[in-house]
Amino acid sequence: MVAVIGILLGIGLIFNVLGTVSLYRFPDVYTRLHGTTKCTTFGSLFTSAAVVVYGIARYFEGFEGRFFTLSLHVTVAILALLISNATGANAIARAAHRSGIMPLHAVVDRLAEDEKSRGRRVS
Amino acid sequence: MVIFAASALMYLLLVWAGGAIEWIEIVIAVLFGGLISIMAKRWNPNITLRHSWLNPVRLLRFVVYLFGPFLMALIHANLDVAMRVITGKINPGIVRIPTGLASDGALTLLANSITLTPGTLTVDADDESRDLYIHWINVTTETPDASDICGTFPEWARRIAE
Repeated sequence: MVAVIGILLGIGLIFNVLGTVSLYRFPDVYTRLHGTTKCTTFGSLFTSAAVVVYGIARYFEGFEGRFFTLSLHVTVAILALLISNATGANAIARAAHRSGIMPLHAVVDRLAEDEKSRGRRVS
Repeated sequence: MVIFAASALMYLLLVWAGGAIEWIEIVIAVLFGGLISIMAKRWNPNITLRHSWLNPVRLLRFVVYLFGPFLMALIHANLDVAMRVITGKINPGIVRIPTGLASDGALTLLANSITLTPGTLTVDADDESRDLYIHWINVTTETPDASDICGTFPEWARRIAE
């Protein structure tokens, strides 16, 4: 059990660190969102999975209800994390594009082209 | 009403610690559920929940999708972006993909799935033509199909939520 939890925590930690490093490595808000929202989501999934494994293992040791509810609550938290992280990233990217922050080094920007053709101001 | 019940039950689930629930928690759950449902109603007065979500076949498909293709894409794409963080090789751009999904629920599911698989990030959605604008970290073609970005996700979204 300890080994499984250790492996899960290790993988989660590696992805969380990489997500944070991407803040420094990537040039603009969109690419940084890639690193922070997803690598940290993936990392947090693994750390949460470690908590779920811990809760289930402790529950089957002594059948104490609080460890079962711990696992249940963390499962709910994982679902909330998946939904809110994707929605939040979408909201930040959309707000950034609408307030005129263009992607750096972009090969193509269809959204700006389409906004221009609709007559909206794109700074 | 559905939102009220869902949020009150979710609160009670989160405060439930194995034993009985105190009456004050039920009062708080009702208060918060009422507040959230009033806010949702004011924000979008003609909000409706379609009953097709309660179809057990669709729910089962959703679970299969979550643990099958979605998890595979999540793992593969996370490793890909992790390598890009280390090497710093990026080729970003915003592309437009046609989805052909009619219902809002399916489009939301697809957009969230695309955002969660790294390398692709939904920036905006076009309500009339049902297209999605995707920020893609490694642009290989400037006019991609949906399958270039997200594989079989639109098929799954159609089967789950439409």
